[in-house]
Amino acid sequence: MMQPGFADPVLDAQSAFRAVLEALSHPGRIIPIAPAPIPPAPLSPAMGALALALCDADTPVWQDGGAQAADWLRFHTGAPFAEAPAAMFLFATGRPPALSTLNLGTDEVPQDGATLVLNVASLKAQGTLRLRGPGIKDEVSLGVEGLPENFLAERAALRPHFPRGLDIVFCCGAQIAALPRTTEVI
Amino acid sequence: MTNAPTSPDRTDRQIWMSVLARASAEALREHLADVPPLPAHRRLKGPDTGLVMLRGRAGGDGTAFNLMEATVTRCTVSMGEHMGHATVMGRDLAQAELAAAIDAALQNPELRDALMASVVEPLAASQDSARAETARKAEATRVNFFTMATMR
Repeated sequence: MMQPGFADPVLDAQSAFRAVLEALSHPGRIIPIAPAPIPPAPLSPAMGALALALCDADTPVWQDGGAQAADWLRFHTGAPFAEAPAAMFLFATGRPPALSTLNLGTDEVPQDGATLVLNVASLKAQGTLRLRGPGIKDEVSLGVEGLPENFLAERAALRPHFPRGLDIVFCCGAQIAALPRTTEVI
Repeated sequence: MTNAPTSPDRTDRQIWMSVLARASAEALREHLADVPPLPAHRRLKGPDTGLVMLRGRAGGDGTAFNLMEATVTRCTVSMGEHMGHATVMGRDLAQAELAAAIDAALQNPELRDALMASVVEPLAASQDSARAETARKAEATRVNFFTMATMR
């Protein structure tokens, strides 16, 4: 059965957009999204909110959540589905595709690089990840549990391609934290 | 609008959806009074108003052209396990929601017969007679010009 999307499509999408903006401008900061929709499992509420706020008919989407999640995304966003290398938004509930195969943009239009939205087991304000870069004063730490194996190494391998690259948003429940391409994990 | 309401390649659902889309909110409410109240529904999308481009084609081999934009209101609701859709001309939000709810209820076999008999069929009959009336009035103004062959 189809789940509804945002209760108020305009205002809720605006507050979700604001939360993503906040998260990307302050990498590693945990930002709650409220109100968030309740998408079909395994999509998390935060992931659903991002999809509804950011995706439309012009943004090819890749997702691994199964048929119900695909129906929900198609119905509420109208976004076309694409293979991982062609997608602008990737919603990964399990292991994401190899990061080096994704769309990193080009040197002329690096902003065309894909955004990877990843479900993680937990997000904590203190933890093992130490982050440095624009938007961070000195250094912040972020605790992320449930990252795929070798994920950070794969991400670090993209660094020489800068300004091409991937922006990554972690989702846990209705919370997000972002790791834009400018952030360095030390 | 091009498909006649009874053309054979249309499914039952297409037929009732087109009848519901052409009926005003008042007409829908009036006919719904004759049946038990509809089960509760939940809005999935809309009702919201927007524009759609109507495309036309001149002659059988003409390329399609954009005729005009029309204001439409659409709504999607869920009722139990069924989803109902409606897109209606104009900006009457209540009409779109009601038509979508009736579409969802019509997909439920337990409710279908009563709704078909007291809502869809009477509405279809009145829409048919209105169409026939317009055609009759137009037919009365037909002018047959003399052709070269009959002018002597």
